[in-house]
Amino acid sequence: MKKSFFTVAGNRLLAENTYEMVLRGDSSAVKKPGQFVHIALDGFYLRRPISVCDWSEHSITMIYKTVGKGTAYMAGLEEGDRLEVLTGLGNGFDSKKSGNKPLLIGGGAGIPPLYALAKKLMQEQKQVFAILGFNRVDEVFYAEEFASLGVNVIITTVDGSVGRKGFVTDAMEIDMADYTYTYSCGPEPMLKAVYEKAVSDGQYSFEERMGCGFGACMGCACQTKYGSKRICREGPVLEKEEIVW
Amino acid sequence: MVDTSINLSGLHLSNPIIPASGTFGFGYEFAEIYDINILGSFSFKGTTKEPRFGNAAPRIAETHAGMLNAIGLQNPGIDKVISEELPKLKQVFSKPVIANISGFSLEEYAYCCEKIDKEEQVGIIEVNISCPNVHEGGMSFGTSPESAAAVTKAVKAVTSKPVYMKLSPNVTDIAEIAAACEEAGADGISLINTLTGMRIDLKRKKPILNNVTGGLSGPAVLPIALRMVWEVYKKVSIPIIGMGGVSTAEDVIEMMLAGATAVSVGAANLKDPFASKNIIESLPDAMKELGIKKLTDIIGGAHNA
Repeated sequence: MKKSFFTVAGNRLLAENTYEMVLRGDSSAVKKPGQFVHIALDGFYLRRPISVCDWSEHSITMIYKTVGKGTAYMAGLEEGDRLEVLTGLGNGFDSKKSGNKPLLIGGGAGIPPLYALAKKLMQEQKQVFAILGFNRVDEVFYAEEFASLGVNVIITTVDGSVGRKGFVTDAMEIDMADYTYTYSCGPEPMLKAVYEKAVSDGQYSFEERMGCGFGACMGCACQTKYGSKRICREGPVLEKEEIVW
Repeated sequence: MVDTSINLSGLHLSNPIIPASGTFGFGYEFAEIYDINILGSFSFKGTTKEPRFGNAAPRIAETHAGMLNAIGLQNPGIDKVISEELPKLKQVFSKPVIANISGFSLEEYAYCCEKIDKEEQVGIIEVNISCPNVHEGGMSFGTSPESAAAVTKAVKAVTSKPVYMKLSPNVTDIAEIAAACEEAGADGISLINTLTGMRIDLKRKKPILNNVTGGLSGPAVLPIALRMVWEVYKKVSIPIIGMGGVSTAEDVIEMMLAGATAVSVGAANLKDPFASKNIIESLPDAMKELGIKKLTDIIGGAHNA
């Protein structure tokens, strides 16, 4: 964990209620896809945990959805604004477990951390498939970005306004018979549906209301088959075999 | 040079800053980012006889100038704390620690205190009779002078370490309860624990916390904590560890002027992991600014009209 100041280098609307923010600063504490940052915002007592979508030596890219007052405040930030951020939080995904044909399944605001993971898996010469699920066409983001990494992308929308009509799990059945591993991030009902349908082992990234974000307050602890785990520290990524619904 | 040191029931502390129980775990998360030996001491996560997972999520809600928590005393249980947490803590913290103990019956309080009494690393036992987030025991012991005194006596009978009773602000007259603890043999008083509160999710139209209510902490509660430390200081002669919303060196000084001998920092550690360190480092300058040479000179100073 590292606490440092970042400067907003970009903050653009990507899709309905969905923004991409680029921060410039010291990203050295970010080690793995699936980790998150915890952002202090003026006028809010608690920080906001946002997953890392991508990073380079001096920048961090995040994609967030405006779901409350904190994220609405973030949407109003402009280039040059400064933010105090805790970086390098959470365990992140382990790309080594993927086998040669991993399947990435993301829903809405759960998609961003899968981008850095896809990038890493492509670097490791894996054949990567991704199912990205949205409610409707207005919400769709990053389909081209995933595709330009060389990922085989399938878009699903609940109303069928673009891509395959239905849920991400419907596409799992039709298009993906021989995947070797599953990585998933999205709303909990989606994670559970993927968990029930997946025929491979996998890693699932969870979300919970957090206090500190670094393991001190126990606010985000959850039960697993191997005892209590803090989503912010031993998570947010849990192994399929340890999840208790 | 200013003197920030204090004495707490025979323990010499290089400064009065004590991260509060439940906001500092067993120290390691913080030891990874700074040397926690700069602390006066710290109070470890509230420990019970049996391991506890605590309440279902969500357990945290944001408020104006603060937060609500409803963790529900999650801890690995006294045996694991002694066999695993304390040895690990010894690697990163060489000072006496404050053991925060909770229970659901007099027997459980006594059981844990008798066990922790044998641990050399423990300098003071802080007995939590004020947790607002458990449905049996917990806070109920701290809401009447009689039951607070009964826990004090039960604990004092099994330990020779100084015993500080941690009191709830969710009472009519906290000073009366503090006085009952003093009469029952308490060596000191810790106050305040969190204030019971709640928030409602406007979209779901339901309480945010799964437990419905939680404990409020953060800057929002500082004035209440100061008032209660003030009242207890007037009523008892044993030392007070003052806490509630302390976030700056100035807050520490204010708390000591109200009557605290030492000061705990709670929610501030969760908002900023470096909060206790920053307070300790800025304390000498804040003292100089206010013409304070020796911190112990100001304890209860605001009472001298």
